[in-house]
Amino acid sequence: MLNPTRVLLAVALVALIAFPLTGGGIFYIQLLTKVMILAIFAMSLDLLVGYTGLVSLGHAAFYGLAAYTLVIVQPGYDPMSILISLPAALAVCAIFALVTGALVLRTRGIYFIMVTLAFAQMVYFVFHDTPLGGGSDGVFINARPLVGWDEWRLLDLNDRTTLYFVVMALMVGVYLLLRRILDSNFGRALQGIRVNEHRMRAIGFPVFRYQLGAYVLAGVLAGLAGYLSALQFLFVNPEIISWHQSGAVLMMLILGGMGTLSGPIVGAFVFVLLEEFFKDDTVFGAFAKHWQLMMGGLIVLVACFLPRGLIGLVQRRRELGEAKHDG
Amino acid sequence: MDLVASILIQLLNGVQYGLLLFLVAAGLTLIFGIMGVINLAHGSFYMLGAYMAWYFATMSGSLLAAILIAIPLAVALGLALEWLLIRHFYERDHLYQVLLTFGLILIFEETRSLLWGDDVQGISIPAALNYSIPLTDTLSYPVYRLMMSAVCLLIALAMYLLIQRTRIGMMVRAGAHNREMTEAMGINIRLLFALVFAVGVALAAFAGMLASPISSVYPGMGNQVLIICFVVVVIGGIGSVHGALVAALLIGLAETFGQVFLPQIAGMVVYLLMAAVLVFRPQGLFRKT
Amino acid sequence: MAEPGPRAPAAAAVPAASSGPPVMIVSALSKQFGGLRAVSEVSLELYVGQVHVVIGPNGAGKTTLINMLSGDLPASGGQIRLGDRDITRLSSDRVSRLGVGRSYQKTNIFPSFTVLENCRLAAQSRAPHPWRVFRRAHDYPDTLALAKKAVAMAELDGREQRIASALSHGEQRQLEIAMSLATDPTVLLLDEPLAGMGAEESARMVQLINKLKAGHAILLVEHDMDAVFAVADVLTVMVEGRVLASGSPAQIRANPQVQHAYLGAEHDHG
Repeated sequence: MLNPTRVLLAVALVALIAFPLTGGGIFYIQLLTKVMILAIFAMSLDLLVGYTGLVSLGHAAFYGLAAYTLVIVQPGYDPMSILISLPAALAVCAIFALVTGALVLRTRGIYFIMVTLAFAQMVYFVFHDTPLGGGSDGVFINARPLVGWDEWRLLDLNDRTTLYFVVMALMVGVYLLLRRILDSNFGRALQGIRVNEHRMRAIGFPVFRYQLGAYVLAGVLAGLAGYLSALQFLFVNPEIISWHQSGAVLMMLILGGMGTLSGPIVGAFVFVLLEEFFKDDTVFGAFAKHWQLMMGGLIVLVACFLPRGLIGLVQRRRELGEAKHDG
Repeated sequence: MDLVASILIQLLNGVQYGLLLFLVAAGLTLIFGIMGVINLAHGSFYMLGAYMAWYFATMSGSLLAAILIAIPLAVALGLALEWLLIRHFYERDHLYQVLLTFGLILIFEETRSLLWGDDVQGISIPAALNYSIPLTDTLSYPVYRLMMSAVCLLIALAMYLLIQRTRIGMMVRAGAHNREMTEAMGINIRLLFALVFAVGVALAAFAGMLASPISSVYPGMGNQVLIICFVVVVIGGIGSVHGALVAALLIGLAETFGQVFLPQIAGMVVYLLMAAVLVFRPQGLFRKT
Repeated sequence: MAEPGPRAPAAAAVPAASSGPPVMIVSALSKQFGGLRAVSEVSLELYVGQVHVVIGPNGAGKTTLINMLSGDLPASGGQIRLGDRDITRLSSDRVSRLGVGRSYQKTNIFPSFTVLENCRLAAQSRAPHPWRVFRRAHDYPDTLALAKKAVAMAELDGREQRIASALSHGEQRQLEIAMSLATDPTVLLLDEPLAGMGAEESARMVQLINKLKAGHAILLVEHDMDAVFAVADVLTVMVEGRVLASGSPAQIRANPQVQHAYLGAEHDHG
């Protein structure tokens, strides 16, 4: 039962829990919160790419839609309950996923990649060039949503450490949820579709419906990440919908290890840490300004030499059905 | 200006823009269709072409000279890239092609930033072409734009003849259909693919050079044109050069007229077109292979 | 196999061994690719308990025919009925759910999954329950039972936990059939199940097909003539997309047109 990845994850979780309690600095708490939010984003993409085999280059659209929904739902200075803005954000993502998914899933392969990108660009355009949501400068959110209702408060998300633990709980929750779903009939069907879509149809699965389901679920989870991101920074701008964002999350996914669910978590951590490292002018001096060059080089190296990601270095890919944990 | 004149101008603008898109999209669709490679960095070549043109034009004082210097450089860049990286990704999943070329975009953008900075630059239209000819008694149209359209049309014609009427074109088409067979017949597929890639790069770069006096030279120009070209390829059908032409003209006209008559949603028009095509013909209008 | 008396060559025979009305009726089925008529006015009937073999030279349109019957390819003309239901326009997943199972000439399995998982997925299609996201896929005893039964029928028991890509070619062909069995079909469309098999494996496959006769209506496309005559109740000979002749094996053997067009040339086939 000592799966090396599980051990790694358990150790990491313990470390994450212990970190703020043993006096970690506010800067790092905020950084780790950002990383965990991106981990949720990356896991949602893994569902789509790694498990269903649908390579989407427009996943940032959901991230941004949820963030902007918070902005639009809560425009004033008075905070509103999270029970209003969060479901609204997730609903917007679900609807967008349903509508665009129905169109986008009529294509495959290269076409699919391009049309998902194009639809994300459409969303980018809406927030960049129209008055909806403040345009290219972005827009501030004036207060963090309340976890509570009327006068009752459960948690104060303005406290960095509280937010840290809430995000961590959500990250773990999303991980466990996806693990469970992937072990269900629905999840197994998705994986079958990834391996041999044609045969899945031939044995009687309405493939389109399953893919659409995966697309919507992935979109909603990406929306959760986007919402949390807006909540953390209280600032939203259209660049979070750019394809740099879609490309970055894809990179995190592959860097960590696609189709593993733990890979995207690892990938998010390593990616953000590397980004911080490349941007550090104490290490790179004036060249740090051009950190994207180094990041680009790293991405090229990963594409060439690390197709299974970091997790792939640690463990053999979990073959479906093998008598390991399921019995 | 009366409505007819206004429409005529927009028509000419739309066709010119569409033909320019065609130059970029043709390379993209060929690389997709023949080698099965998705190349996100294709827009970067457009941008690099424009910046090279600006740089050499500033040094030499002549846009024409700049173009003549920059085109071979673009071809060299294409060949080098194909040899170093792209050829190792022909057989790989599109996902890794996406990742690779995404990394290349970052590298190209930062390299440009290092070499030439991030400012918007302008190039003046060459003096010989910097006038307008009258079309009606109230309206005249810039000759440079007409020249652009003419050049693009010539290139389109040349491509048609090359692909449909020459041995090389036949080999390219054969290579697209069945790589092993074509190799077995003694045709050097590797060289062929390298050439196709280099030509695609050169076309995109040349389009950037050609457009630079009109559109200015700025950092984001590559990304903008790329997304639109993706839509062109989706609508026209992967691998189909004449599909790319039709789709590019369609989009060029739609965007141009959209900007004049429906400015609020002009940017969306392209995506709505794409959505419409997806509903009725998900494989594109003229899917070839 | 009873031999019916002389009758029109185009109609299929109904041997005494089968029971009831035809489960699948194909009427004047055609497929056109641009100017090419790949399949032209093919008619046949399938009965439970009967193996109907379609033979013909390469390019005769046999695989195209099967592709239309399974819903993988839309027909250009004609009709396919399953019982009293017109299934001509239905997609392959709907056809499968209506009880038509298909195996492929080119092995079409899930290579990275285990043998059992291959069959379990196929069986899952009968009771998909996609909304029960919290119930593990292995917790459906009926699905598992159907999968295991299919594995046993295809004589792959003992191999359940092996990864499919690690199987021998013959075992993969068995898995190919097991998967279609796991969808609990009434009609079985088998496209060259013996493809690439040696003598011993072929003999086992022939035994399997004969075993499957009871309870299924089988349409078989094959090139291996020994196997064909070992299992066929009815033979349809196709040449260039058309039915040349149809009838009992003895009738077909004796048919001079068939001898000329096909059977005489069988020694050329690999």
